[in-house]
Amino acid sequence: MLLCVVFLGFRVIGDPVRIVLGWEASEQRVQQLRKNLQLDDPLPVQFARFAGSVVRGDFGDSFWQRKPSLPLVLDRLPATFYLSGVAFGLVILLAVPLGAIAALRPRSLADRVINVVALAGVSIVQFWLALMFILIVAVQAGWLRTSGYGGYQFVILPALTLAYPLIGHISQITRSAMLDELSKPYIKAARAKGLSETRIVFTHALKNAAIPIVTVGGNALTSLLNGAIVVEFVFGWPGIGQLTIQAFQQRDLPLVEATVFVIAVMIIVTNLLVDLSYTYLNPRIRFQGSSDEA
Amino acid sequence: MIEAQGGGQARARTISRLTVVRSLLRDWMTLLSITFLALLVICAVGAEFIAPFDPLDDNLRMRNRPPMTPAVEGNFPHVLGTDPIGRDMLSRLIYGARISLIVGFSAALISGMVGTLLGIVAGYYRGRLDDLIMRLVDLQMAMPFLLLALIFLFIMGSSLLNVVLVLGVVNWMLFARVARGMTLAYRETTFIDAARVTGCTGARIILRHLLPNMLSPLLILGTLDVAGLILAETSLSFLGFGIQEPTPSWGLMVSGGRRYMSSAWWLVTLPGIAIFLTALSLNLVASSVRAVTDPVQRERWLALAPGGARKEDR
Repeated sequence: MLLCVVFLGFRVIGDPVRIVLGWEASEQRVQQLRKNLQLDDPLPVQFARFAGSVVRGDFGDSFWQRKPSLPLVLDRLPATFYLSGVAFGLVILLAVPLGAIAALRPRSLADRVINVVALAGVSIVQFWLALMFILIVAVQAGWLRTSGYGGYQFVILPALTLAYPLIGHISQITRSAMLDELSKPYIKAARAKGLSETRIVFTHALKNAAIPIVTVGGNALTSLLNGAIVVEFVFGWPGIGQLTIQAFQQRDLPLVEATVFVIAVMIIVTNLLVDLSYTYLNPRIRFQGSSDEA
Repeated sequence: MIEAQGGGQARARTISRLTVVRSLLRDWMTLLSITFLALLVICAVGAEFIAPFDPLDDNLRMRNRPPMTPAVEGNFPHVLGTDPIGRDMLSRLIYGARISLIVGFSAALISGMVGTLLGIVAGYYRGRLDDLIMRLVDLQMAMPFLLLALIFLFIMGSSLLNVVLVLGVVNWMLFARVARGMTLAYRETTFIDAARVTGCTGARIILRHLLPNMLSPLLILGTLDVAGLILAETSLSFLGFGIQEPTPSWGLMVSGGRRYMSSAWWLVTLPGIAIFLTALSLNLVASSVRAVTDPVQRERWLALAPGGARKEDR
């Protein structure tokens, strides 16, 4: 277990360097062909210069906005956090109870809803879902905004679009995790003790079922970001996803590098947080880690 | 998005091919999906003969006409209307099926072959190579798939070939994981030992003994992958980095119709429905095939009445 943590730590540390390395090398070759900037130096020298400035957080000025790239990207972060926070909240609020109910009553309505939602979730493209939301909801009911940044009127539709595929997925995971837990002996013990059913389900079973849910939820961040790129673009949400697309469209290399870098860092940090939350949720991991060491 | 099912598939397949086909056709949802996919393939192959109009033939006087508008010449109407520069929607959808299927299947083939090979090699030879490959898998798993594809296309430029290559390369790690898991499970079995004792080379064991045993789960994964890749292609085209105009691609059609959404609903809705139905059918077929080929799920499947709700406990 300790080995595992060390391995992950290594990966987390090695990650940004390698990502920057691989892409930088080939991007610069392209750049050399396209624009004859100051790229006459041999690649290692260029790379050393690049790596040096990245360490200082300097990606160069954006070609498009003529400002330093990194602050431009960081400015967009709050909007993305806001959107994905709301989306993630929606997922937790809808998916976990749905999954739990489905586990309690297999083949009930909730169970069927989950199957349909999950199946449709992997079959639908988010940009189209977004456009359909705009077409049906926002154009008909005037109080939801289809584009722009602001309060609940603005955030509901993008967040729902972003959350939708995950709701199906996470509720399925919750359902099978809960089914697993509910069949275990300690639940029987809790029932024998005369605890109320709500208590059993929510404090005993759900807490133990949380581990697979958190794993998937952590991975879900990657797909949230994936979706954010498209969803922010469609809804005109001024977050990092929209910036990514704009940077690509403007062929703005420093900005592309900065956004990719920031996204990579975000993913690494979440993976770390997910790993750390295991130790909180499952004391056994902590325990085994220290006994391995001894 | 797609759940990789690891090892533990070592049960013998004791079901004849005929039973598989028959039990698949018993379920009307699956039957419907298969029919839809067959139609799609026919459209893609014979687009020249089926499409009522030339998909590139524009006519600025026939812009954004609603479905069933009579055509300028000939007596066949524009059944699904026309697009912002007067091209026939139905014909473009039919030709779009070709692009989607080409991209989906060839990219899945590439990622399937690369991923499976690397996965088996990693699982069979273990050691440092295994560490390296699996770490690469972990690394790529953590990156948003769309972002990776965008970066590669940004570097290489957009064309049909590049889209296929990029999607193929970006998605190999699912196969690698599954193939490695199964190789690890099979590695210690007696039939592999026997093959080794009789003096088979590593390559022969991999190709003749390991690969055939993993074919059916990998094919199921491949079907799911085709669906995912078709969706990815439409997203890339929608964002303007995939297939380029004037090639008819469903994603491109949606993005082209976006500006006219409030006045011409069919521009955005119809290609989207095509995308949705295609992906849905592929996913349904994959899950049915999985249910039929997995002995545990098969019993439940066969016990159900035709058209009954499927349960996938996993």
